[in-house]
Amino acid sequence: MASFWQFANPRRFIAATDRVLPWLWGAGALCLAVGLVWGFFFTPDDVRQGATVKIIFLHVPSALMAINAWMMMLVASLIWVVRRHHVSALAARAAAPVGVVMTLIALATGALWGQPMWGTWWVWDPRLTSFLILFLFYLGYIALWEAIEDDDTAADLTAILCLVGSVFAVLSRYAVLFWNQGLHQGASLSLDTQENVHDAFYHPLLFCIAGFVVLFVALVLLRTQTEIRARRIRSLQARQRAGDTAREGGAA
Amino acid sequence: MPDLGSYAVAVLSSYAVTLALLAVLVWTSVRRFRRVRAELEMLEGTATRDG
Repeated sequence: MASFWQFANPRRFIAATDRVLPWLWGAGALCLAVGLVWGFFFTPDDVRQGATVKIIFLHVPSALMAINAWMMMLVASLIWVVRRHHVSALAARAAAPVGVVMTLIALATGALWGQPMWGTWWVWDPRLTSFLILFLFYLGYIALWEAIEDDDTAADLTAILCLVGSVFAVLSRYAVLFWNQGLHQGASLSLDTQENVHDAFYHPLLFCIAGFVVLFVALVLLRTQTEIRARRIRSLQARQRAGDTAREGGAA
Repeated sequence: MPDLGSYAVAVLSSYAVTLALLAVLVWTSVRRFRRVRAELEMLEGTATRDG
């Protein structure tokens, strides 16, 4: 049976992901289209929140993915630290810009939803604040990768940053549970059916979440392929420069 | 088009911002993917020719 670790080989990773990517793009687009059209056009207004409830189909999936993207980066970083597989470090690097966009969407839609419901765009509520810090961690993580020339050193340092930032990712998820203050409501989705949103919103929301998850996976696989090739380019260019220097040294 | 009432700006802005950000993310990812793949193919071609 094929092992998961075979994908640590960049060529095998590219070959395997090339095969699944078209299906992922199709499935992601389909789920998103069904969820958003259903949610926007065919759901009723909420008794308390009116038409603003339609923002849930964007806000909840993007917030979920903002946290899960960081968790995926943490797992990939730990694999790098333990097993030194370059593909896992590059997958973490590839996921960061996707995660930062998901966080930005969650923050923007949250502000747009908060203004009519709470009367303010922003409050220093535990969940909102931890989300803003998570956003800043994403920016710092991307900047650290860009700032360090040596790929292995960058992977080591960003793995540490990822570990520290995971505290805020967890905090963003559970802040509403252990801080009974702030304006943000509790979880919209729960294994306890009593706590869930009404079925009228629940089913299209599931489609939207599926769409965001599949789109995230497709984007990360595509961007990981890009990072693998970019690393190969850097290595070829370095080899070329070393060859040029050796030739110049020989000529002198 | 559903009647969004006084919340139309908030709801429509949310959808516009989200779809625009997702479109930019997908577009830049695909564009960089193609550019880097072409650059590597060119470099590997040159490296093969140069031995």
